Amino acid sequence: MYDLIVIGGGPAGLAGACAAWEAGLRRILIVERDRELGGILNQCIHNGFGLHYFKEELTGPEYAGRFIEMLRDTGVEVRLDTMVLEVTDQRKVHMVGKDTGYRVEEAKSILLAMGCRERTRGAIAIPGTRPAGIFTAGAAQRYVNMEGWLPGKRVVILGSGDIGLIMARRMTLEGAKVLACVEVMPYSGGLNRNIVQCLHDYDIPLYLSHTVTDIRGVNRVEQVVVSQVDDRRQPIPGTEMVFDCDTLLLSVGLIPENELTRQAGIAIDPRTNGAVVWENMETSLPGVFASGNVAHVHDLVDFVTAESQRAGTAAARYVLEGEAAEGDALEIVNGDGVSYTVPQHVRPGRVEKACDLFFRVNRVCGPSRIKVTSGDKQIAAFSRDYLAPGEMEHILLPRKLLDGASETLCVSIEEVESE
Amino acid sequence: MYDVLIIGCGIVGAATAFELSKYQLKVGIVERENDVANGTTKANSAIIHAGYDPMPGSLMARLNVRGSALARELCAQLDVPYLPCGSLVLGFSTEDEVLLKELFRRGTQNGVPGLALLTGDEARALEPNLSPAVTAALHAPSAAICSPWEYCLALAETAVRNGAQLHLETAVTGLTPTADGWRVETSRGVLDARYVVNAAGLDAQAVHEMAAPSSFTIHPSRGEYFLLDKSEGDRVGRVIFQCPSRVGKGVLVAPTVHGNLIVGPNAEPVEGDDTATTAGGLAYVRQTALRSVPSVEFRASIRNFAGVRASTDREDFIIEEAAPHFLDLAGICSPGLSAAPAIGEYAVELLGQAGLALERKADFTASRKRVRFRELPPEEKARLVAEQPAYGRVICRCETVTEGEILDALSGPIPPRSVDGVKRRAGAGLGRCQGGFCGPRVLELLAREQGRSPGDIPQDKAGSWLLACETKGGHADV
Amino acid sequence: MKELICIVCPKGCRLKVDEERDYAVTGNSCPRGAEYGRAELTHPTRVLTSTVRCVGGAHPRCPVKTNGPIPKGDIFPAMALLDGVTLTVPVRTGQVVVKNVLGTGVDFVAARDL
Repeated sequence: MYDLIVIGGGPAGLAGACAAWEAGLRRILIVERDRELGGILNQCIHNGFGLHYFKEELTGPEYAGRFIEMLRDTGVEVRLDTMVLEVTDQRKVHMVGKDTGYRVEEAKSILLAMGCRERTRGAIAIPGTRPAGIFTAGAAQRYVNMEGWLPGKRVVILGSGDIGLIMARRMTLEGAKVLACVEVMPYSGGLNRNIVQCLHDYDIPLYLSHTVTDIRGVNRVEQVVVSQVDDRRQPIPGTEMVFDCDTLLLSVGLIPENELTRQAGIAIDPRTNGAVVWENMETSLPGVFASGNVAHVHDLVDFVTAESQRAGTAAARYVLEGEAAEGDALEIVNGDGVSYTVPQHVRPGRVEKACDLFFRVNRVCGPSRIKVTSGDKQIAAFSRDYLAPGEMEHILLPRKLLDGASETLCVSIEEVESE
Repeated sequence: MYDVLIIGCGIVGAATAFELSKYQLKVGIVERENDVANGTTKANSAIIHAGYDPMPGSLMARLNVRGSALARELCAQLDVPYLPCGSLVLGFSTEDEVLLKELFRRGTQNGVPGLALLTGDEARALEPNLSPAVTAALHAPSAAICSPWEYCLALAETAVRNGAQLHLETAVTGLTPTADGWRVETSRGVLDARYVVNAAGLDAQAVHEMAAPSSFTIHPSRGEYFLLDKSEGDRVGRVIFQCPSRVGKGVLVAPTVHGNLIVGPNAEPVEGDDTATTAGGLAYVRQTALRSVPSVEFRASIRNFAGVRASTDREDFIIEEAAPHFLDLAGICSPGLSAAPAIGEYAVELLGQAGLALERKADFTASRKRVRFRELPPEEKARLVAEQPAYGRVICRCETVTEGEILDALSGPIPPRSVDGVKRRAGAGLGRCQGGFCGPRVLELLAREQGRSPGDIPQDKAGSWLLACETKGGHADV
Repeated sequence: MKELICIVCPKGCRLKVDEERDYAVTGNSCPRGAEYGRAELTHPTRVLTSTVRCVGGAHPRCPVKTNGPIPKGDIFPAMALLDGVTLTVPVRTGQVVVKNVLGTGVDFVAARDL
């Protein structure tokens, strides 16, 4: 019987396991499906990781390396090349590995840290032929950065999410010609820093309010047709541009990987595609926690780390102190301008000093006020100069304020006149 | 010198080869692509039709009903995923109800077992997600679903195990009659055969015209589909059709043997094997399907594809000796998949009538078994991994396909040459991430096991290259 | 006059930098933005990350980075330097891979253990 089984040895799992060890758990197991720890960070060789957590700019492998080092100083057990096939509602974990065999392990607590996967062509129904040469940006990233192969020479990128932008630069540096980055929304889904350093630096045009409307080529991509879209995101006839290219990279969104979570009967929030969680990242199944991209898609690994440390600490507390006493719970409601929040529920009685609340807005806003209300009562307000769907927002709600709320907490955005 | 040379290794060619391999004959199959099942066979609705649709007395009717019955046995024997789920044809109006009665009558005449006309409420009792607008339905319990490419592969593999020779990437370029049969020119040299069987699918007209005067025209008809995530897999439990029209059986909503939901097809005339999807076609499919099952969640789409059926200017399958010792199996559009094993049987019968000596082999083996790790109970999984650790390494996360299963595929009678070849054999990449995670790992296994450079391994057909060049010294030349 | 997007914070101010008037910056909302705008026009620099060949390890490539910013104009010449490099395991994070890249005083270093 383990105190804690962590499913996934990426940034979330690593931070969660370290924090649980720190908080006093001793029988901890990380199960990782790949042959090494670090998860997706191993292929994210660009820098920019760790500014918040380590106060320096690291590459992905370096960031992962720091946590792998930390883990070495603990007694946390690791099973590599091992895939979890099932988690039962009795907290039994079925796993299989080439060297580790088929095993069923029991745990007092579980941390789900499986990360996310990329949306594919099928999810967005791009018409056209189905030749080779259409890759998700992450798959291309693995080929280029880890396997040492360039998947194509003339490239169009659909979606301006960060991985797409990063790959525009990487493919260019490795000798490919990136012809265009195409984004269906009127704004980019990526960080400004990546727009500047990955596109502007290499004169790669960004077409906002455009999308791919046809793919041509029998065996390999030969052409991609790009059209402008109207404000309902429908292609406008007559605006077609044809790019001669051999590769289309897709950076069209990430989906938390929650098949194990669903199988275990854990409640899923359709807005995040992750488990519904409490303030301590505990899911609807007591003793099972979720953090990192499996809970909701983050844009900075530093926040994955922080969230997972909270989850790891909470798992330790669950094991050492027992189940949380039933107390009043607040449901967090999405008000105007908010597309989701994490957590979705708060038990003020379980909040020590303050509750971290993460959310995303559903449109680009100038100077704004983030309002937190309970019924007719305003609990808190925060100002921001700028809000965008591509940047996850974070507010801290002090325990004192939460005690003044009842039943629901509504988070909403109100744009204010700029001075 | 082959006794029989089959041109084309789709489901029809494979079923014919399978049948012929039961006899003491030297059988060859030439296939233009680098794998079997790579044309119409891999892109269709995957339905084994009950057989109420074709006109009584037609070849289609006879071979469909016979083929469906054979499919049930063959799929069990050859370990092909097959589910006898039954089908419903929906009616939404009194006009439709007239047509349903006509189908019932035809089906009864064709010998389809168990047909029943249902009211709308009876249909909804079977399938709660059907539209409230459904007023009547025809229930055909003998309809089934299968994995069409694995069906073809299983037939071809069994034929090869029993001595048939498969020539991949071999395109036929000319046919010349000789004293004792045919001289077959191919892209890889000349082959001689006493009998030639034309199972070339969309190319059957071109192959026919190499051997005989023109007698039919193929009018390719394209159908577009959505494949939805397993989260939609139990939206319906049966194949749900609408009333057929002149152009085809219409848009269906059906479960797949892999646990997904398939929706399609439309029917558009196209040139050649144009399998592109279109915004308009997909929109039509979506809207039409929602009429049958309004709750289908198209946001769960994981893939779109299109297949081209080899329809012709004739109403029926074209199964005839077009020239001495030259047998056409042409125009095998729907219900071709259902009829295939019966077409194979019938082809052998016709070859026999044309003088082919048919002596049964004593040592014919018609069994096939493959490991499907995901479907095993935990104890079995544990035992298997303990015996052969490669079954413990999961390569495809979405479908839980292991390295052991991929190695099995690579050492099978028809080894895959491409990433999609592995997908068709082992199921890696069929799932919701569509090979995003496992693609690079499958490529690595193919390269390692077959001693090939990763740069030489295609996604699917020859020319569908995946990797341009190595980084660091293998500089791209733009 | 040159226009650029400030990347100092997520706000993304549209900066205007006047080369004629001693790189005076407008459109910024904080002093860090002005500094960024001036630097981008006078001596833009970047940290460059890439890979080199590596033999004997779990992967055929090892990630590397410059351990400080290099002039933007040196990016492609610096990339070319990496083509001739092959590491052999063991590789330690921080190990120098190419010393003093193009005379900048900055080194390419390994960015992981292998």
